[in-house]
Amino acid sequence: MEETKPQLFKITFDGIEVEVEPGTTIMQAARKIAEADESQAAIVPPAMCYYKPLPASGGKCRACLVRVAQGSAKDTRPMPKLVPSCITQVQDGMVVENTTNEAVLEARKGIVEFLLINHPLDCPVCDQAGECHLQDFAFEHGSAKTRYEEERRTFEKEDIGPFVQLHMTRCILCYRCVYTADQITEKREHGVMNRGDASEISTYIKKSIDNDFSGNIIDVCPVGALTDKTYRFKNRVWFSKPEDAHCNCDKCSGKVTLWYRGDEVIRVTARKNTWGEVTEFICNTCRFERKKTSDWVLEGPTKVKRSSVISANKYRSDLVKKPDFALKLAATQFKNIDDSRPYITDPETIRNQSIENNDKANHRSLLNQNN
Amino acid sequence: MARKILTEHINVPGIETFEVYRKQGGYTAVEKAIKTMTPEEVVEEAKKSGVRGRGGAGFPMGMKWGFLAKPEGVPRYLVCNADESEPGTFKDHYLMKMIPHLLIEGMIVSSFALGANKSFIYVRGELMYVIHILEKAIEEAKAQGFLGKNILGSGYDLELVVQPGGGAYICGEETALLESLEGKRGNPRNKPPFPAVKGLYQCPTVVNNVESISNMPWIINNGGEAYAQIGVGRSTGTKLISASGHIQKPGVYEIELGLSVEEFMNSDEYCGGIRKGHHLKALVAGGSSVPILPANLIMKTANGEDRLMSYESLSDGGFATGSMLGSGGFIVFDETACIVKNTWNFSRFYHHESCGQCSPCREGTGWMEKVLHRIEHGHGSMHDVDLLVDITKKIEGNTICPLGDAASWPVASAIRHFRDEFVWHITHPSEASAPGAVYRGDMALV
Repeated sequence: MEETKPQLFKITFDGIEVEVEPGTTIMQAARKIAEADESQAAIVPPAMCYYKPLPASGGKCRACLVRVAQGSAKDTRPMPKLVPSCITQVQDGMVVENTTNEAVLEARKGIVEFLLINHPLDCPVCDQAGECHLQDFAFEHGSAKTRYEEERRTFEKEDIGPFVQLHMTRCILCYRCVYTADQITEKREHGVMNRGDASEISTYIKKSIDNDFSGNIIDVCPVGALTDKTYRFKNRVWFSKPEDAHCNCDKCSGKVTLWYRGDEVIRVTARKNTWGEVTEFICNTCRFERKKTSDWVLEGPTKVKRSSVISANKYRSDLVKKPDFALKLAATQFKNIDDSRPYITDPETIRNQSIENNDKANHRSLLNQNN
Repeated sequence: MARKILTEHINVPGIETFEVYRKQGGYTAVEKAIKTMTPEEVVEEAKKSGVRGRGGAGFPMGMKWGFLAKPEGVPRYLVCNADESEPGTFKDHYLMKMIPHLLIEGMIVSSFALGANKSFIYVRGELMYVIHILEKAIEEAKAQGFLGKNILGSGYDLELVVQPGGGAYICGEETALLESLEGKRGNPRNKPPFPAVKGLYQCPTVVNNVESISNMPWIINNGGEAYAQIGVGRSTGTKLISASGHIQKPGVYEIELGLSVEEFMNSDEYCGGIRKGHHLKALVAGGSSVPILPANLIMKTANGEDRLMSYESLSDGGFATGSMLGSGGFIVFDETACIVKNTWNFSRFYHHESCGQCSPCREGTGWMEKVLHRIEHGHGSMHDVDLLVDITKKIEGNTICPLGDAASWPVASAIRHFRDEFVWHITHPSEASAPGAVYRGDMALV
């Protein structure tokens, strides 16, 4: 029997032509271009909430907005608004502008700003740093300064179980973990509570997340909101060495990446593809309990295809615009040193003076407390 | 007296009961439609009438019905959006509590036209007593054979369900409403697919406003062409306007579209003018989400034509010098109103009501509110005004649903038309933050 081949759609993305099957999204078409030619990786729109292995994800973060300059070959009108490329399907003859359009880049800059205004920016103590999509996104599209002067929002700390650490302040509400729990576990125990910027990932009435595949929400989290409790504060990502390995597991495929520090396995994660997506989810036994090399069959070092901004050494000082507000602040607060004070050498006087100053300071702090 | 379509019998004592409503000519449209017309003919009448969606967007209702997909073996649904929560709009509430059978009659006719055997009225949760009124009216209609199985012996079945919402503004957005109706969190869906293809329970669905549906009985009884005669241009028929603010007679008024704004505001039949001794400063013509206009742009458009209460005339001049009819929330401000405080208040509402799903709206609405709060309370700085304009630009058009636009338009328009007042708040912080302080600088008052 002869198979009927579907008619391919030809689209133009940032001036590059590509043929894709009907039903493909703009994002997938762009990724196809980048997979064929690695030098074009920069044209792919960033994805903070979209996760290909999780159907129905996407459309929420608006980081991947692009402009459709021509809807299709039949209807050559442009689309009136910027469209999310992760969920917009291609039409034959569609012309899409991403990095070549100023309005798109401006909107994307806005999205970075929105995502960061309430983000704690605690990268120095965050376990996700180095493999954080928000870091990459902010570095590639954000600005060095903030215009946000208000207090950042905070949440009450919540314990969601023995394996996963929740840092709600870092969350960008991509809903990926919700879809993961919906689609790969039998029962979802956590979800989004409250509304607007008070929305938070939480379990219903302080239950803990407890099922065999709960660890996968760590891998899908684009930021450091959900991290591995067994790996907490153990090492920086860029100091550990990833190795592909597998084992015979009766619950999952057993295909993992082991993260080594010296000879010690400090973390086990699922394997991620070029776009940072896990296609084969792993069980909690593999992730949290098999932390010896003898548990695994090693396959060789993991090939890191699309590295983060840190490991790609993009933080070179000549590339980073230093914020100048510290300098400005120092200039406004500058005072000449009062040199007219007598120079004291007598140890007894110094001691008395320091006690006196100490008392004054204590008194001040007491006053502050009372007020 | 202008022509009334919806509120003609609204003051008849006992109109909320079936007997009185029937005596006033009620349910004749159901009889006419089900006994003498085909569903296609009813849709055709709706198309001819040119009636536009009364919920705010103003999309022609007949055209919306025409888009409904009709695959074999899949149920279709009609959902009535009674989740009216726009600040300044209170017409549906009034209509439902005064004359519930009008909506029910409209629902029966519209469901028949669309081939829906189960229809929903999604009422906002705060209006529990209205839900009881509607449920009672449905029981009465059922007892008389106008609802339920085999309506009037025609073989057409219709079940009408009243569903209370949780009182969230976002659930007035049609896809969020459908999510909420399905029992989920009221987050708007990504479009496409539109509800006409995949709506409630993934089946083709039409979502219409209370007022739009309530027009259907009159359209069936008198014909779509007669309806199209009323009004002006593409704004056909009558519209309920919820008038509030500094006017003599606040309330809900039914007007023929095309009435001049000046007449609506000053005639004794309607608002009765600005309260005594005061002057008009600004006006929000269609509910809190449409752009605010200063006094000089309300009565006349930028071209010097009379501004009319119609979809086209109010949006004349685009957002630079125009506004929108929206859902008809007519909010009047005299010179004692502080625009900054009002904008902050609107902004606070949108911050509270954002669903938190997409980032520009979740973060942007809160940011705008905080900056406006700072300006209003005397802690603003000059760059805050431009910052606000920039935030509105970054939100507008980049969100999943129109709440982002609705949140940014009032702020953008207030700064566009009343920038001096914002600047005065920043340069005179102690004066401006005093209670009751209002900017008295140069501005056009009418």
